Amino acid sequence: MANWVPLWLHRLGSPPVFYRFAGAVRPWALGLAIALGAVALYGGLFVAPADYQQGDAYRIIFIHVPSAWMSLFIYGAMALAAFIGLVWRIKLAETVAMASAPIGAAFTLITLATGSLWGKPMWGTWWTWDARLTSELVLLFIYLGIIGLHHAFEDRRQGARAASFLVLIGAVNVPIVHFSVNWWNTLHQGATVRLLGPSHIDASMIWPLLTMMAATKCYYVSSLFARVRADLVVAEGGKGWVRDLALDDAKDAPA
Amino acid sequence: MTDLGMGHYGLYVWSSLAIFAVVLLIDTLVPLARRRRHLRDLHARLARQQNRRRPGTASNHESHP
Repeated sequence: MANWVPLWLHRLGSPPVFYRFAGAVRPWALGLAIALGAVALYGGLFVAPADYQQGDAYRIIFIHVPSAWMSLFIYGAMALAAFIGLVWRIKLAETVAMASAPIGAAFTLITLATGSLWGKPMWGTWWTWDARLTSELVLLFIYLGIIGLHHAFEDRRQGARAASFLVLIGAVNVPIVHFSVNWWNTLHQGATVRLLGPSHIDASMIWPLLTMMAATKCYYVSSLFARVRADLVVAEGGKGWVRDLALDDAKDAPA
Repeated sequence: MTDLGMGHYGLYVWSSLAIFAVVLLIDTLVPLARRRRHLRDLHARLARQQNRRRPGTASNHESHP
């Protein structure tokens, strides 16, 4: 295998290189997210047939389930970045971990709100202290705790390191959220889509779901890169490359 | 093809979509505004420093006694 992959990754660890790379990739990722999201929503809201039991209310699944997947996926990505940042003291990994937290919190909030909107017509209640719902709420609190701890320190690097420890401790909640429907007798239904084994959903309904999953992944890349770029500008404010950026930005800005 | 009323569940389905769109829109705009604001502040600071260094240029901003 060529040596350029580790070399490229090593180069990407440099803040100015990553800043430029993220700036080039971000608009494409956002564009792809919007295009895939539009196709998925059209397929899910208008093309897929109504559910035989839940009628059209089940269409919330096309927003709720990809958001729930993302709330866990982002936590996994954040924990990996936090681990790398703590062990190898790579500044960019810490930045990626801290930038992931607000995006994960946003998806967790969407999951809880849309779940509540789905629960009212189907279960007759906006909220119940069910294991899945409660563990997802705990996930939101963990995300908020990480954001709060990061911002509680005047030295952001120190804050990121303290918050990274909280990320790793909080990771214990991820399998609890995922397996809660198997471990406890819950009102929330079990897994509809399975990676291993047959899924309990018709093919006409699964393609919009998987397309929305791809859209949310692209969105995460876009949002993460935007946040990392903003954080790098703040953290590296005294460096020459950020000063050059500030001067270039002023030239580009409308008078 | 589905009707827009979503069989009496329209309020729930469209509200879910609205929450999704609004939260992600805010999440998209906040870091962009933050980066731009910081670059603008940094540029203003650099301009002030340059003015102070230039001989014979009076600075109105930082005229400490």
